[in-house]
Amino acid sequence: MSLIAATGISVRFGAEPVLTDVSLAIEAGEIVTILGPNGSGKSTLLRALLGILPLAAGTVMRAPGLRLGYVPQKLSIDRSMPMTVRRFLSLPVRVADADATAALARVGLPGVETRQMAGLSGGQFQRVLLARALLVRPQILILDEPTQGLDQPGEAGFYRLIDEVRRDTGAAVLMVSHDLHVVMAASDRVICLNGHICCQGSPVVVSNAPEYRALFGLGSQGALALYQHQHDHSHEPTGVDAYGRTPSDPHHGHNHA
Amino acid sequence: MLDDFLVRAALAGVGLALATGPLGSFVVWRRMAYFGDATAHAAILGVALALALHLPIGVGTLVVALAMAGTVSTLAARGWAMDTTLGVLAHSALAFGLVAISYVPGVRADLSTYLFGDILAVSKADLGFIWGGALVVVASLVWRWQALLTATLNEDLAHASGLNPDRERLVLTLALALVVAVALKIVGALLIAAMLIIPAAAARGLARTPEAMALYAAGFGALACLVGLRLSLWQDTPAGPSIVSAAAVIFALVAVFGQMRRG
Repeated sequence: MSLIAATGISVRFGAEPVLTDVSLAIEAGEIVTILGPNGSGKSTLLRALLGILPLAAGTVMRAPGLRLGYVPQKLSIDRSMPMTVRRFLSLPVRVADADATAALARVGLPGVETRQMAGLSGGQFQRVLLARALLVRPQILILDEPTQGLDQPGEAGFYRLIDEVRRDTGAAVLMVSHDLHVVMAASDRVICLNGHICCQGSPVVVSNAPEYRALFGLGSQGALALYQHQHDHSHEPTGVDAYGRTPSDPHHGHNHA
Repeated sequence: MLDDFLVRAALAGVGLALATGPLGSFVVWRRMAYFGDATAHAAILGVALALALHLPIGVGTLVVALAMAGTVSTLAARGWAMDTTLGVLAHSALAFGLVAISYVPGVRADLSTYLFGDILAVSKADLGFIWGGALVVVASLVWRWQALLTATLNEDLAHASGLNPDRERLVLTLALALVVAVALKIVGALLIAAMLIIPAAAARGLARTPEAMALYAAGFGALACLVGLRLSLWQDTPAGPSIVSAAAVIFALVAVFGQMRRG
């Protein structure tokens, strides 16, 4: 059974349709990235899956008792609220010191328990958010543009961390991004979104899809060339994904009006 | 012991501070200062209604404060521009309240009691109402503490953890209305919001966790009440302004002390 499955969901803000007839399912242990330009409904899709937004149509099913770790897109802690890293990890569920220490070590930030959240750098802050999400021992991690505001090395480091976490814990990962290259290397499956699902499949399949190229305005020398150029050393060029599996969900073509 | 009006006044101040410390911290964290003002100013309208209908003052203020808090929450959820809405509602409520009170015979002279508080005139019944209200507020905040903090940090985060941010906001709204009803006798309608914000703002400089800030705020609030009470007794100054002045001096001292310690 899928961890989370959406069937034909639509979301409207007022009369404005933001998502139309989106269906997707996340299976145990896979890394799925939702890719799309600004305003394509990426965050809306995540928030609909989390049950934050009401659905205009369709259903979202969760596996019974699903443990879910969430890293929101933007969490600004008001300066007026004092908050140590340790205290933050105990929200909303209090956790044991040993677990908090282990989670911080897991994300590469040992010993920051007594630091103020407001005093952390952007990269450290994102890692603490991830540590907090890991404390529920999630079966699925949902991350909304987790590397926003990080520089290139910080971004690459964060995706490496996500991959390690998936390997250690077996948690599935569903994340949103609008940066192409790093995501391409770090995902099993990419869903290309623009109000509806344009195309989906393994990174290589999607980056070859005309819908994807149209959406990101790429010519024949687009992201794929760049992607393969950068990653030839570690990837098969034949549609086998980064983890040696063949794509489970080949891209489906359809016309764009 | 309760027969001494000074003891009653001191206990009233400490009881109020117990509730305003933690609740005021949330008001500061969620930037609800103006919201507190609107609710407090509506209390004057509640006083007028209570006097006209021969109801206890506490009941009148509580009902109108709840209605105001509910109205503001509803408008906020519908996406009205918050500062304008609150500006309209807060001052209208105060103005209507003052006009309405002028129709109630024989109250004009007592008006300053409701605007500025009269801590020295706290009766045993008042004391019961104040402590009862304060304990209900503290108990609700303690009960919902983890959920309230999470929802204050980020509503999506709270949602994803299976909490309902709207419910947590409702808890704070109800607590605020109750504190307004409780505080009316002590600091008066005009300065209730100050009693929520100033001790919490002073506590911010010293605290490293939300819990510490709430406790420091309660302590500073209690201290401000006691100092203000002395001042009011000694110089025959109005109670509310005296207490808030004391709180402001505490805030300034903590700020200076904090600056010096940081070098």
